[in-house]
Formats: sequence, structure tokens, C-alpha cells
Amino acid sequence: MSTVHIDHASRWFGNVVAVNDVTMTIGPGVTGLLGPNGAGKSTLINMMGGFLSPSTGTVTLDGETIWRNESVYRQIGVVPEREAMYDFLTGREFVLANAELHGLGAREAQRALATVEMEPAQDRKIATYSKGMRQRVKMASALVHDPSVLLLDEPFNGMDPRQRMQLMDLLRRMGGEGRTVLFSSHILEEVEQLASHIEVIVAGRHAASGDFRRIRRLMTDRPHRYLVRSSDDRALAAALIADPSTAGIEVDLQEGALRIQAVDFGRFTELLPKVAREHSIRLLTVSPSDESLESVFSYLVAA
Amino acid sequence: MYNPTVARLTYRALLGRRRAAILFVLPALLLLIAVAVRAFNGVDDQVASDVLGGFAIATMVPLIGVIAGTGAIGPEIDDGSIVYLLAKPVKRPTIIVTKLIVAIAVTMAFSAVPTFVAGYILNGNGQQIAVAYTVAALVASIAYAALFLLLGTVSRHAVVIGLVYALVWETLFGSLVPGARTLSVQQWSLALAERIGGEGMITSDVGLPLAVALLVGVTLLATGYAGQKLRTLTLAGEE
Repeated sequence: MSTVHIDHASRWFGNVVAVNDVTMTIGPGVTGLLGPNGAGKSTLINMMGGFLSPSTGTVTLDGETIWRNESVYRQIGVVPEREAMYDFLTGREFVLANAELHGLGAREAQRALATVEMEPAQDRKIATYSKGMRQRVKMASALVHDPSVLLLDEPFNGMDPRQRMQLMDLLRRMGGEGRTVLFSSHILEEVEQLASHIEVIVAGRHAASGDFRRIRRLMTDRPHRYLVRSSDDRALAAALIADPSTAGIEVDLQEGALRIQAVDFGRFTELLPKVAREHSIRLLTVSPSDESLESVFSYLVAA
Repeated sequence: MYNPTVARLTYRALLGRRRAAILFVLPALLLLIAVAVRAFNGVDDQVASDVLGGFAIATMVPLIGVIAGTGAIGPEIDDGSIVYLLAKPVKRPTIIVTKLIVAIAVTMAFSAVPTFVAGYILNGNGQQIAVAYTVAALVASIAYAALFLLLGTVSRHAVVIGLVYALVWETLFGSLVPGARTLSVQQWSLALAERIGGEGMITSDVGLPLAVALLVGVTLLATGYAGQKLRTLTLAGEE
């Protein structure tokens, strides 16, 4: 059982702040590190993996500083986001080399390859592997020494649904065995399927932490804004405002559209087409005006 | 201080790349020149010395040093695959020293061996010329490998900088500006060759004691600094 502590850690590159005063504790089980692209997830993982020094603050594994401390790699397994590996090797040669660097041998390498179900393709050159196969070989290389901490940077990027499921099963199993598994993702659904505990990073800051249900609620219960054009905007507005799922409607004369603020997302999405049909109004445009992930996250920061 | 797994990965990376073709082309060219000179010119000690000094030591050895030295670590740092070496309980200086040994071995194999063979073809080691230049190639291999390995850890443009050093500094400046010759691996290695070769056949602008001190100093400093650099190598994320 191992725990990674990040204590008031910041990291800046020149005058760009990538991680801003983050404090969190990653313990056994699967933790998802969620945040939009460029939020500082990789920087944070790189600090936990000992590839970056925090500009201020500390990053420790069971009390031991990670930066410039090669001995922590006996407990940490790292699955980097970058694709590059030793493409001229076969999968088996690559995993064996990783095992040897840990002072282990062919038996451990073979066990790791079996864990990720890469034995059938282990004697092919890595250069010929698909994205999913590469990801699995990376996993095997991180698992050879049976680490208690596993750090994965965007492990599901570019995987097809079946590969995604397999990897999720594997990570779930690892977490169930009491390992500390941390993975980053910018996709909420991914994180919620896998992690019971979520840490949210937005613009380098620690925005939320805790149980995924609570965070999910925060994310879906926020007011949603829609831009709607129809054959009769005013009649539609009158009908919609009567329902409690709608908090406000603005008739935008310049745009020739309605700006609707909905408070109950689920109910509003059912209400809108129903109301339109009842009043024989034709809907021309229905577009969420703040559905981008960034706006979801920024709402979360404000909450 | 030596890790066989790191060595194996480095050898395979070095010799498996397209760039490695230069490692074979340059020695082949040297042997071709040697055969041609011998065939058309017969045995001539001075010509043998000119060919080995002018092409083998001045051009071939530094170029092979650039390829082997930067190639032993540069591409791994560039593409990020060095992560798989760094995320291991292996001391960073061990990684550097291992890579240096591989770079030295490759530079020696592809520069000193062909120099020796070419020397034999040119004049059958008359006046000890083949041996002298081979020794020069061997010691130069060590210093070049260390210098260019360091370059590979500090710059993404290691190959270009290395080529500029090898071709512009060592070859061009070295022949035009006398002072530049004192700071030239080539001249240091020639100082050794001067001792071995026949009287007046090989000349160096640097005295032997200074040359040896500089060779050892540069090699140690470059290796030490590269090890330090790797210890604090930060891998910037994609963002």
C-alpha cells in the first residue's frame, strides 16, 4: 500500500504557470485525474513520476521525495503518454529490457506480457503494433516489477472501445488489489466508468476532489444555456417559461433567436420538443451555447 | 557503472538507424581512397600520412564521433523514450557511462580499424604511420564520443552543432587560425601520433603533455556534466 502526497506543489515554465499550488493525496484504489487539455495533468503526473521538479512545494511517495530519487522506481510504474518507445525491438525484447533494468528477468517479463494479453504478438516488432497494442506493451513494461503505484498519462487516447474496456478491466483489477492507480483523462465518461475517486484540475488549479457522483452532479446540475431558433420564437418562449425547468429566456432580436437558460437539464431536453409539437412550432436551431468541456470545468471551479 | 541492458539498447538504436549508414560509408570511402592512391601512386610515406591525416583523422573520425556520440542518447531524449531508462532504479551516471562506452566502442570500431587497414594498404605501416594514426583515431574516439554525447544531452540540435564543430572548427578554422588548433581534439590526438610515427611524418601544434591533459580533462568533464544533466533532465509534457 503506497500513497503519493502532493503538498502545495506549483510548477511553472518561464512565466507560464502549469500547476498552481496543488495539494492532494493519492491513495490505494483507482483515482482519475480529470481536466481539460492543457490543464496541467501531464505536468502533475510528470512530477509524481519524478520527471519534473516542483518549482515550489513537495511531491512524495510514502514520505520519500520523488524528484532525483531513483529508488522510488522500485515502487512506481509509469505509462507515459508519448508514443515513442524502442520501435526496433519486439514487444518481448522491450518488456524484457524493462525487467532487466529492474534487476529482474524473463519470467517476470513473460508474466507482465500475459497480464496485458500481449503474448500472441510479443515477437513482432513494436513498429508494427497498433495504438492499443503499444499501450498494452507500455503497460506491461510498467508492470514487470509489480509496482504498488501505477501512473498513467491519458492511457485511453486513441484506443478503440474494446481495447478501452480491456484496459479498464485491468486497471480496475489493479486497484482492487490495493495498488495506487492514477490515470489522467479529459473525458468525464472515461473517468466515471473507472475511478471511484476523482481529482479535477482546471487551469493548473485543483478544482474539485472526491466521489465521482458528487462531481457528476455538480457538472450536470449547472444551468445549461441554449440558443434556439424556431418558426415562432415568442410563442415558444411563453410556453417554455411556464415550466420550472427553465430559469430564463431572452429574445435576442439581433440574432433572431431565443437564449434559454435551463436549470433542470434532463427535464428541459424532454420538454423542448414536446412543447414545440403541442404548439405546432417548428424548431430550426437548437444548440447548446456553453457545452464545451472548458465551460463545464469553469463552472465547476466557480462552484 | 556499466549496465548491459542499457548498452544493448544503445547498440541496437545506434546501428539500427538510417543514420548508421554513414558509419559504413565513410570507412568504405577511406579504404577506396587508400586502394586508389596505392594503385596509381605506389608506396609513398608522405602521401600515406597526408591521406590518413587529411581524411581519416580530420574528417572521418569526428564525423563518426558525431553520429555515435549524439546518436547514443540524443534521439531517445528527443522522442521521449528515455523515460523507460529513467523510470528505473538505475543510477543516472551509470546510464551515461554505459552510453559513453558504447559510443566510444562504436567510434573506435568504425574509425580506428579502417584507419589501420587503410594505413597498411597505403604503405604497409612504413615509418609506423598506420599504427600512429590508428592510435590517434583511438584516443580521438574517446574524446569525441564524450563531447558529442554531452552535446546530445544538452541540445536538440546536437547533430548540426556537432557537424559544425567537426567540419568548420576542426577542418576549416584549424587550418586557418593557429590558435584554434590548440583547442582541437584532432591536434591533441595527433600529438600522440607524432611520437609514434617516423621523424617529421606527422606534426601537431600541441605538445604531448598538454594534449594528454586536455584529452583526459575534456573527456572527464564532458561525461561528468552529461551525467549531471541527465539527473535533472526534465521531460516536458505535451502541454
